[in-house]
Amino acid sequence: MINFEAIKAIYKFEMARTFRTIIQSLISPVLSTILYFIVFGTAIGKNMQLVSEIPYGAFIVPGLILLTVSMQSVTNASFGIFFPKFLGTTYELLSAPISYIEIIIGYVGAATTKSFCLGLIILITSFFFVDIKVVYPMLMLLMLFLSCVSFSLLGFIIGIWSDNFEQINFVPMLIITPLVFLGGSFYTIDILPIFWQNITFFNPIFYLISGFRFSFFGEGEVSVWISIFSTVIFIVICNIIIWKMFKTGYKIKT
Amino acid sequence: MSNIIEIQNLMKVYDNNYTALDKVNLSIKKGEIIALLGPNGAGKTSLISNVCGISSITSGNVFVEGYNVEKEYRKTRDLIGLVPQELSLEPFEKVWASVKFSRQLFGKKRNDNYLENLLKKLSLWDKKNQIIKSLSGGMKRRVLIAKALSHEPKILFLDEPTAGVDVELRKDMWSIIKELKNDGVTIILTTHYIEEAEMIADRIAVINNGKILLVDKKDNLISKMSKKTLTIYTKQILKSIPHSLKKFNLRIFKNEKKLEYDYTASGNKTGITTLLSKIKSSGIELIDVQTRQSTLEEIFVEIVNND
Ligand SMILES: Nc1ncnc2c1ncn2[C@@H]1O[C@H](COP(=O)(O)OP(=O)(O)OP(=O)(O)O)[C@@H](O)[C@H]1O
Ligand SMILES: [Mg+2]
Repeated sequence: MINFEAIKAIYKFEMARTFRTIIQSLISPVLSTILYFIVFGTAIGKNMQLVSEIPYGAFIVPGLILLTVSMQSVTNASFGIFFPKFLGTTYELLSAPISYIEIIIGYVGAATTKSFCLGLIILITSFFFVDIKVVYPMLMLLMLFLSCVSFSLLGFIIGIWSDNFEQINFVPMLIITPLVFLGGSFYTIDILPIFWQNITFFNPIFYLISGFRFSFFGEGEVSVWISIFSTVIFIVICNIIIWKMFKTGYKIKT
Repeated sequence: MSNIIEIQNLMKVYDNNYTALDKVNLSIKKGEIIALLGPNGAGKTSLISNVCGISSITSGNVFVEGYNVEKEYRKTRDLIGLVPQELSLEPFEKVWASVKFSRQLFGKKRNDNYLENLLKKLSLWDKKNQIIKSLSGGMKRRVLIAKALSHEPKILFLDEPTAGVDVELRKDMWSIIKELKNDGVTIILTTHYIEEAEMIADRIAVINNGKILLVDKKDNLISKMSKKTLTIYTKQILKSIPHSLKKFNLRIFKNEKKLEYDYTASGNKTGITTLLSKIKSSGIELIDVQTRQSTLEEIFVEIVNND
């Protein structure tokens, strides 16, 4: 028996929180994406001859979307649960007839919705800068969706784990950004020395970017099935961690 | 009356190995107002948190209407409304939205009429479109009460409802609580103030160091309170009590020239007249007499200190 009303309540509350700051939520990611296009796509990209027939400006679009979507998912989901912890309003979640499943669907669902929309907005923005055609649109939406879910789940975990605002900022800045950059957002890994290529295979985000890029151009560095499979595995692992956290009350219950 | 809450051997040991609840047993009757009275750090909030799901139970069992609060939490939490000690609220949320959110979180069908009446009862209706941040402390506490009652619970936990509330608002709060009782809600409240427990509770549980020291009807406690002590100062130190005075259970002191006699002021016969005439006829010389009433405060302190 699932308390659907509770899911709706949490989801609506979280979405309302976004709409209170809708301008900031949209402008800064869109602006920074435009800057990336100008700097990488136009200025530097002229001298980059990387990938088969794909112009460099178009090549970086999937990576740029993932860069923003990953950061935004993590930030949104982590703050979504961290704020109630900080304000002490988690007492209400804990004393309500709901399980961790409703809580996750509510919070992670809202964070996913936000970053999914943002991803689409960035894609639309990129149409103004580069000539790009999406080869497998449905696959593209699926990959985008799975990315939003996985990073939102990760953000949710970070939000529960964090004791203060520094820690909340720490993980996205120090872990996710480097992983996204080094996962081949702006290059194909075959330009790297063998050693670094091998390291890259341990970067989960590499598989995500590869799969996402495949949906755009019909070619990726690894099979798209590996990408989907590893993303799903990641989502399952996050869910297990969250389930454990709620079961033991880790940093949620006293 | 049947018990709506059964707490059995409840233990709470926090991560730092501090034992906040030590084998607590407590039965709460349907429809009563019970006050948990105890000093800071006694374990009042811990007790509430364990029943409501805020805190994980270390060992022991808690049943609400026969359902286990850990295994059948959906059923038990549905019955319970909780007003926390801290004013924990989303500052930028509007009062109306916040109360609606709470109701929905408990899976209840939307019922704006009920919520409107609730806010009116709590004098919050004219503030329904204000953001919570802009309310005074007392009003915030009322919002917490409204949120706790939004899903029409049968049991209400109030953790220090009148902390930091002025006399006027405190009286308001008491009448709100009494009204809820009339609606059939079982109420558990915590307080440091004896007079508060005395004003509104049917029963009082005294808690200290994680242990329930005493649970009694308020009236019983008050009759204990109406215990008086008569001190009789004598000219000499008495070595023993004369046979004729045995039945009065007098206390004698080794180093003080006095006797003490306990009696209750509520009855008609205090026995003082007889005692004094018997003392006179036994040849003990009196210097002075003095009576003293023990307050609930003293009873409380005595209970806590004897622990
Ligand atoms: N999360 C926690 N971790 C460790 N110890 C805790 C925790 N919460 C409470 N305690 C300790 O448990 C004891 C009981 O605390 P509790 O909050 O239940 O007391 P209380 O009776 O509600 O006090 P007050 O009247 O001040 O609200 C205190 O000594 C407190 O320091
Ligand atoms: Mg307390």
